[in-house]
Amino acid sequence: MSRYGMVIDTVRCVGCMDCVVACKTENNVPEGFNRDWIAYDVQGEFPTLQMEIRSERCNHCDAPPCVYCCPTGASHVHDVGGVVLVDYDKCIGCKACVASCPYGARFINPEGYAEKCTFCIHRVEEGLDPACVSVCPTHCMHFGDLDDPNSEVSTLLASRRHHTLMPEAGTKPRIFYLT
Amino acid sequence: MSSFTRRKFLKISAATVTVASGAAVLSKHSVTPAQAAKRPATGVQRIPTTCDICFWKCGAIASVRDGVLWKIEGNPDDPLSRGRLCPRGTGGVGAHFDPDRLRRPLIRRSDRGRDAWHEVSWDEAFAYIAKKMHAIKAAHGPEAVALFSHGIGGNFLKHTLKAFGTPNMAAPSFAQCRGPRDTGFRLTFGEDIGSPERTDIKNAQCLVLIGSHLGENMHNSQVQEFADAVGNGATVIVADPRFSIAAGKAKHYLPIKPGTDLALLLAWMHVLVQEGLYDKEYVAKHGFGFEQFAARLATFTPEWAYPETGIAPDVIRATAREMARHKPATLVHPGRHATWYGDDAQRSRAIALLNALLGSWGSKGGFYTPASMDVPAYPYPAYPKPARPKVDNPDHRYPFAHETITTGIREATITGKPYPVKGWFVYATNLLQALPNEQETIKAIQNLDLLVVIDVVPSEIAGWADVVLPESVYLERHDDLNVELFREPFVALRQPVVEPPGEQKPNWWMAKRLAETLGLGHFYPWKDIEEYFAHRLTAAGLRYEELKAKGILRGAAAPIYAADGVPLTFETPSGKIEFYSPQLEQAGFDPVPVYRKHEEPPPGAFRLLFGRSPVHTFSRTQTNRVLADMMDENEIWVNADVARRLELKSGEYVRLRNQDNVLSNRIKVKATQRIRPDCVYMVHGFGHTAKGLRHTYLKGASDSQLVTRYATDPLMGGTGMNVNFVTLEPEATRV
Ligand code: SF4
Ligand code: SF4
Ligand code: SF4
Repeated sequence: MSRYGMVIDTVRCVGCMDCVVACKTENNVPEGFNRDWIAYDVQGEFPTLQMEIRSERCNHCDAPPCVYCCPTGASHVHDVGGVVLVDYDKCIGCKACVASCPYGARFINPEGYAEKCTFCIHRVEEGLDPACVSVCPTHCMHFGDLDDPNSEVSTLLASRRHHTLMPEAGTKPRIFYLT
Repeated sequence: MSSFTRRKFLKISAATVTVASGAAVLSKHSVTPAQAAKRPATGVQRIPTTCDICFWKCGAIASVRDGVLWKIEGNPDDPLSRGRLCPRGTGGVGAHFDPDRLRRPLIRRSDRGRDAWHEVSWDEAFAYIAKKMHAIKAAHGPEAVALFSHGIGGNFLKHTLKAFGTPNMAAPSFAQCRGPRDTGFRLTFGEDIGSPERTDIKNAQCLVLIGSHLGENMHNSQVQEFADAVGNGATVIVADPRFSIAAGKAKHYLPIKPGTDLALLLAWMHVLVQEGLYDKEYVAKHGFGFEQFAARLATFTPEWAYPETGIAPDVIRATAREMARHKPATLVHPGRHATWYGDDAQRSRAIALLNALLGSWGSKGGFYTPASMDVPAYPYPAYPKPARPKVDNPDHRYPFAHETITTGIREATITGKPYPVKGWFVYATNLLQALPNEQETIKAIQNLDLLVVIDVVPSEIAGWADVVLPESVYLERHDDLNVELFREPFVALRQPVVEPPGEQKPNWWMAKRLAETLGLGHFYPWKDIEEYFAHRLTAAGLRYEELKAKGILRGAAAPIYAADGVPLTFETPSGKIEFYSPQLEQAGFDPVPVYRKHEEPPPGAFRLLFGRSPVHTFSRTQTNRVLADMMDENEIWVNADVARRLELKSGEYVRLRNQDNVLSNRIKVKATQRIRPDCVYMVHGFGHTAKGLRHTYLKGASDSQLVTRYATDPLMGGTGMNVNFVTLEPEATRV
């Protein structure tokens, strides 16, 4: 079984938002909403500053509260890669998952269902990278199987310092940031 | 004579122009990923073309699903994009779907009290324009017609206007942007930096950025290579009043006081020379006038530079030594938008000289020698020889201007000297935001008998036009072949991917029809543009059909570094790198750059700085709904401590008032540690006042509106624009 995840190199990322734009066009994300976004983490005082730029999205958590709390089973763990998905037909738009996600990764589509990053599973199943990964002009995003020790994502994690977002939330995120 | 009210700023809006109901907004086509995945593959066509959201012209592949434009990706064959577009290129779909687009040719109504437009046919529009042009020619000569254009799309209009007999055509990319840089490098190495820049960023071991904010300034190849350099562990040195994205990647961030970059450059050179750290062999072999140059640097010590720049002497020395350690793979980037303070050509020359000391010109990790494909020009008949020289630079008052000066044409239009200019064509450049001091632009427009604006949206400049010609966006048209100097030779094709949604036409069609209407049809021996392509490509030994299918044809890569045998030659008077410049001296300028203080903001005021966002190009993408979703309005960056003192909070609206009492539109405060306390910063291109740009109308503030002052570069006529000072007025307390 595969376990998909992303490894994003914050050293290379310039925060250009190409990943956000690509998701939008690939998935026809409605105007006014985005499935991914950029965080600028600035520490220190001028001029002694440090800045980490992160492309963020659903972490496809190994322990996903959004799935646990979903009353209809619409939010589920997909059998390919363990990707966390929403079955739009089953979703009643109750927003329980939106509230449960510590990362603010979900929104309610104007058509009434919960929407978020799908890891572009429709592309991945065709052997392509997710749209954001495939367009990033700085080549800072990597996608693959975390359970395969020889995958690019696994070798990057083995060789570089990294962190996840809010590990204390206990959700076991599968997006890793290289620093 | 025309009066001010004659040309009221006409608002092209939905009220006066019907918007076709077929306009599709992206969200209306929502499909779930599952639905998308289920679509038959035959429903998706992938067509190679080139991007035009900026002038970089990246190779792209557009996907059309069931006849509707879906997405645009990079063309892996393209050396510019290397298969990946920048965010604007990816968001280019929004240009096609933009509901605010111009749809039909418009002529301003003669009953001027009623701000409104006639929609006319293309034939009527051309007949009107041709009649006016003939009248201007009869009264003032053909040179009284000028063209302002930006990008490759202007090529055919240039051809038509040259055939008409005028030499007056300019792009703001010279006097409002990269002109000083190219002049500074020409004076030193005898050659331009070019566009795309010949900077070998990806191989640089030490990269120095002076105000150049790569990553925010999103010229694709440059940013990709910047990430490569950073990923390879290159030492990055950034001097910028603002902690830019690039500063966040820097080993050394130098929070330089605005306007003092030349002092820093001189001190760096002083250290390299004084400590003997420069490339002595290279300088001895290729340099001219080094001794005189070195003597003039003597007083520019780091201690001298400290009070000017705010950068401590030990930091200046440490960074100079770091540059020397990596030479010749140290690239002091020449930047691009270089029109800052009016002494910009000399500052750029100092950058050139610093690179010369490091031996980086011609070296791997420095400046490479670019190549281009040999695609002969189309064999047109000879143009008539204009009876008078260009109008922009009388008596060569700017002796080192090697391109036409936009603001020189504007000045001639206002003064009528050296001769009157009575007709303007404006192609794909929003002159009111591109040129400094919009009142001068408006004054010039008052003197015109004809203003034709060719645009895709009803921009501010379109609002002033007599005739507005709606162009199809790049995804709907052919443009001239892109043959460019780069790392390797290539030729690229822009071709239509989808149909335009209205009566919009491509520029080549307009230029040809206009020529025919003017009786100059023989300047267009080809029937349509594909015949033109086939002719030129055949002459180059290439096949149009192949280019059409692939979008890009690449030539054989040749060596690009001196170490690999590329001869280093210099087209300067001495044939060498001119450390000391006799031609500058003869023209009455400093033969070696000299730092002079610039005026500082008065107490309580801030220097206004502006720059780029990665998701917008100039003032032309704010209506693109995909890109607007990324950034909808600009913010004014204010140092966090200053904001606290002024009791301003992030997100709160203020207005900026400049030294000439011009008040901006409201703009949100971004209180941040990422900027010095003596300046404020905003992204250029917002604060639109054209009502037809419905989505972006009055969102954010326009820096251009506040740039009422500019400092003209005496060498080349560039307009330094970082010389305006503003105060902040909270929106709530405004009376
Ligand atoms: S596209 Fe790449 S470089 Fe740009 S913000 Fe996204 S992750 Fe960062
Ligand atoms: S990031 Fe949020 S939405 Fe995504 S799996 Fe984790 S909890 Fe669920
Ligand atoms: S740099 Fe970006 S906007 Fe410019 S041509 Fe390339 S993809 Fe298009």
